[in-house]
Amino acid sequence: MPEVTYLEALKEGLAEEMARDERVFILGEDVGAFGGAFKVTEGLQQRFGVDRVIDTPIAETAIVGAAAGAAHMGLRPVCEMQFIDFISCAYSILTNYVATARYRAGLSTPMVVRGPSGGFVRGGPFHSQNPEAAFLHTPGLKIVAPATARDAKGLIKAAIRDEDPVLYFEHKYLYRRIKEDLPAGEEVLTPIGQARVAREGKDLSIITWSAMLWKSLDAAERLEREDGLSVEVLDLRTLLPMDDAAIVATVKKTNRVLIVHEDTRTGGVAGEITARINELAFEWLDAPVKRVCAHDVPLPYAPTLEDFVLPQVEDVVAAARWLARY
Amino acid sequence: MTTTATSPTQPIPAGLHREQLLELYYWMRLTRSLEEKLVNLYRQTKVVGGLFRSLGQEADSVGSAYALDRSQGDILSPLIRNLGSMLVQGATPLEVLRQYMAKAESPTRGRELNIHFNDLERGFLGQISHLGDMVPVMAGVTLSFRVRRQRRVGLVYVGDGAMSTGAFHEGINFAAVQRLPLVVIAENNGYAYSTPLHRQTAVKELVEKAAGYGVRGDQADGNDVLAVYEVTRAAVDRARSGEGVTLIELLTYRRKGHAEHDNQSYVSREELEIWAAKDPIDRYVRRLTDSGWAESEELEKIDLRINAEIDAAVTLCENEPLPEPSTALDAVMVTPPRADLEWFRRLDA
Repeated sequence: MPEVTYLEALKEGLAEEMARDERVFILGEDVGAFGGAFKVTEGLQQRFGVDRVIDTPIAETAIVGAAAGAAHMGLRPVCEMQFIDFISCAYSILTNYVATARYRAGLSTPMVVRGPSGGFVRGGPFHSQNPEAAFLHTPGLKIVAPATARDAKGLIKAAIRDEDPVLYFEHKYLYRRIKEDLPAGEEVLTPIGQARVAREGKDLSIITWSAMLWKSLDAAERLEREDGLSVEVLDLRTLLPMDDAAIVATVKKTNRVLIVHEDTRTGGVAGEITARINELAFEWLDAPVKRVCAHDVPLPYAPTLEDFVLPQVEDVVAAARWLARY
Repeated sequence: MTTTATSPTQPIPAGLHREQLLELYYWMRLTRSLEEKLVNLYRQTKVVGGLFRSLGQEADSVGSAYALDRSQGDILSPLIRNLGSMLVQGATPLEVLRQYMAKAESPTRGRELNIHFNDLERGFLGQISHLGDMVPVMAGVTLSFRVRRQRRVGLVYVGDGAMSTGAFHEGINFAAVQRLPLVVIAENNGYAYSTPLHRQTAVKELVEKAAGYGVRGDQADGNDVLAVYEVTRAAVDRARSGEGVTLIELLTYRRKGHAEHDNQSYVSREELEIWAAKDPIDRYVRRLTDSGWAESEELEKIDLRINAEIDAAVTLCENEPLPEPSTALDAVMVTPPRADLEWFRRLDA
């Protein structure tokens, strides 16, 4: 059984879809000859040719706009944002043009925009962002954020096959840090819109995604060992459309919810999840829904500062203990 | 078209046939008459939103769109003053009327306004209001032509205003680098809403910008439909044979306000009179009759036919219903097929 990293799993997913469907192509900055800033697309241009792995100017609006036009014509583009922080350069065309295309004009726009998100890598304010909240508010888009190698592969394949535009936010901290056995020849597809219970528990639920899944699992382990608490961890995997049923199920099971995300607090996705729990399962709560998020500042560079701003395992443990005592 | 015997005193330019000359007249006159009908409907409050005129710009829309080859599957993307281009590509007066009146049967089922609609089969991709965005999108459309080895061409309109946007720059630069089969028509009509050209850009002529992208730049009189056709046709032919992007500046003038509500207080009466004298349809009619390419009577017959077509379309759709409200929730995406109805609308009375 081959053990593959999160990054290799993502690359395998891209390569498999390109081999399966000749309409699939990649465009982005330095993705071709160089293989991408993080080497996610390494070797794909040699294998599939220059028309299927296209190096573009530094122009995120052009990348996304051209992908949309090609998608209308029946191709299946996958855009790479070199760092996902730069997706904000394409915010207008994504939210105004791409997201509205089916609704306003009946246009088919099956396309993926993917790129490395997240901190814990000393990237500073412009190479560490988590932009999901900026797009969660836009009808017409889907947002996925894999935490495991299996889902890195399964979600990119599902995103490419999806008929709607999908934002795929991978986490650069996970690229080479986690590995998983993914049997060769197995078709790995993760359904969009379905969360996964990553750890079963009965005392308290942590709802999380992406790199914070691993911090949350570490915290759950410690809480079990040190406090005898049984903590359930729900990996959302897809943020839009959100898996309300899975959220409600875990609330009903444990009656206490902690939402853990790496993005900043105010206007973050945790607020939306809290509102849904309030609307759908208020009477099942034994405690207020609490959030563990990044502090409301741009993400700083120095290790001492970044570690202070971002939520850590100890923060999740402390918050869970508070919630368990409530 | 009915063809009657004529005795041309001048050869017909641009490789066109006489019937094509009459078609150009038909599309320009249809554009103007349809807009005039829309003004009537607007004043009767039957047009739900704003009304955008292309008075005086019909030649640039029609002449440029006519240079595309519909049989090859060429596609254009219009701006708000390119009704004529849409009509040439096969959009119908009925569709346009339904759009303006927000009818359920409109191409966008009441979701979008005016000429914001599209049909890739007929070869027009509707715009959004964010100027410049259609340039990168059309770069993608023409990228698909190239990678599939199709001999198709794309054409996208921008104005003096749209050319100030970042999206325009990113799009034309990408298309230029990739040598895509794209023709970019820069309509210089003097104003972006109330902002004159010299407040929009420091270049004297929009065509100067072509050099910045390493693409060929051409310029033509936008009020001369044959000149527009000729310059665009050459660019289309170059694009089709792999020679990449051309930026064409068409010099014209916006004789009405940005939309019907705009009284053009920022424009002098003299300026308007100068351009009224250069009306593209009047000029073309004189040219057709003076050159012996067409008789006044056959043009009048075309006018009557157009009026009948428009009247029939108005009759057909005027009393049509607006969309069923709950259809507002469907087809945001393929999955899920419908947005949720809000809980407060599900409450029992």
